[in-house]
Amino acid sequence: MDFKSGEELLLCCREHHCRISDVMRKREEELFEQPPDIINDRMKKVLEIMRSSARKPIKDPVRSMGGLIGGEAKKLSLHHEKGRSICGSVISRGITYAMAVMEVNASMGLIVAAPTAGSSGVVPGVLLSLQEEYGISDDRILDGLMTAGAIGYLAMRNATVAGAVGGCQAEIGVAAAMAAAGAVELMDGTPSQCLDAASIVLMNMLGLVCDPVGGLVEYPCQNRNASGVANAITAAEIVLSGVSELICFDEMLETMYSVGKRIPYELRETALGGCAATKSACAACGACK
Amino acid sequence: MAFISVFDVLGPNMIGPSSSHTAGACAISRLAGKMMGKKLASVKFILYGSFAKTYHGHGTDKALLGGIMGFDTDDIRIRDSFQIAKERGIAFSFETGEDDADIHPNTVDIIMNDTEGRSLSIRGESLGGGKSHITRINNVEVDFSGEYPSIIVVQRDRPGVVAHITNYLSENDINVAFMRLFRESKGETAYTIVESDDRIPEGAAQELMKNKNIYEVMTLQM
Repeated sequence: MDFKSGEELLLCCREHHCRISDVMRKREEELFEQPPDIINDRMKKVLEIMRSSARKPIKDPVRSMGGLIGGEAKKLSLHHEKGRSICGSVISRGITYAMAVMEVNASMGLIVAAPTAGSSGVVPGVLLSLQEEYGISDDRILDGLMTAGAIGYLAMRNATVAGAVGGCQAEIGVAAAMAAAGAVELMDGTPSQCLDAASIVLMNMLGLVCDPVGGLVEYPCQNRNASGVANAITAAEIVLSGVSELICFDEMLETMYSVGKRIPYELRETALGGCAATKSACAACGACK
Repeated sequence: MAFISVFDVLGPNMIGPSSSHTAGACAISRLAGKMMGKKLASVKFILYGSFAKTYHGHGTDKALLGGIMGFDTDDIRIRDSFQIAKERGIAFSFETGEDDADIHPNTVDIIMNDTEGRSLSIRGESLGGGKSHITRINNVEVDFSGEYPSIIVVQRDRPGVVAHITNYLSENDINVAFMRLFRESKGETAYTIVESDDRIPEGAAQELMKNKNIYEVMTLQM
């Protein structure tokens, strides 16, 4: 079982009366000749690393290699604990986890690229927060990861997930699209709703540039991982309410790619424009001096 | 193009902060270390493009040095690779190369010497998301990913060498995923690179070396 587009993926789901996670799992078994338990074990390992990287900095904040971030997850967590959160527990926890993962990443800790290191906070942020809120089992979270993986696979196959090629929309945009699809499946949405949620995210993050201060995966990357979480949950909520989408996932993915290629060179991970070129950023970074 | 696995999307499991500048660098260097095989005495890394400009903040140097010692992308020892290399008596240095528009922005040259005086130089490019490939071996342009079990044959460019290699593969029931021949120029040193779906048998190098036009065989298991 293989698919090359969102449309083919939905066809597979319809033909076999199954979810996106089932198709993705089957594809993995067939194409890579791996038994189901090996695949499951590998995915469990992914979840284990995601969980540890999402939680550790809440207790033990750590300064990044470049010195631009560190301690944000703990602050957010305390803020939420004090009952001061204004975005509700799912988003509040989600952004805390996403920023925590980025803290671990920026301090040479162990993370899972999802799909890249710079966007690695979004998928664990969304899925782990939903798990806690709704008491979802680990096995179901593994399904959510498979579904997220299906979206990421299509993005890698048919577009790009490299900030240097397509800007931040290709990294955190795709990460959030993956997370949104996973969230919809966990909340019992249909396969086509999963793709619609991914499509909304790409739409809402369309054109986002990649402009890391000092060229480092720290700032604004960490904030944007948090915004990816909010985008993913917003999109999932919209489709789960029954709203249908005008533009399908395949079209949005193609659009994201073509917009990405037209983003100027200075705004594609070169640290020559955007946030990276502000006076404050230059003062903080000092790389050119 | 190789199939994209769900673990290419949710992965690699890696020490941060960058899939291209840390994990990809580690992967290139790990492959180079495996190709070198024997005990490493010294290594020099020459960094180009974005690697040259941002390697310190991305831990590219630590990842490269960790990779050459065989550490995988998720090995926490990468953080301490400078210290570990010193303990192992490996001499290492980092240099930055000249800017060149023709060179991929995330490129590294790795020049290695083993304790028996053999040297090997490798050029690798990190392509993003932890993916990478090797583009040069001892200044001959090649292209392989190292994602599959591989045999790299260094040979004299003469008739019959490739037949000798394919005979061996056929006799040992090894299915070829990709096979390519690269050469310096006609009649000179050539490289045959076989990427396989199957594990390369022990003793493959000795068997292949029976052809007098084959100088050296490197086998890489995954």
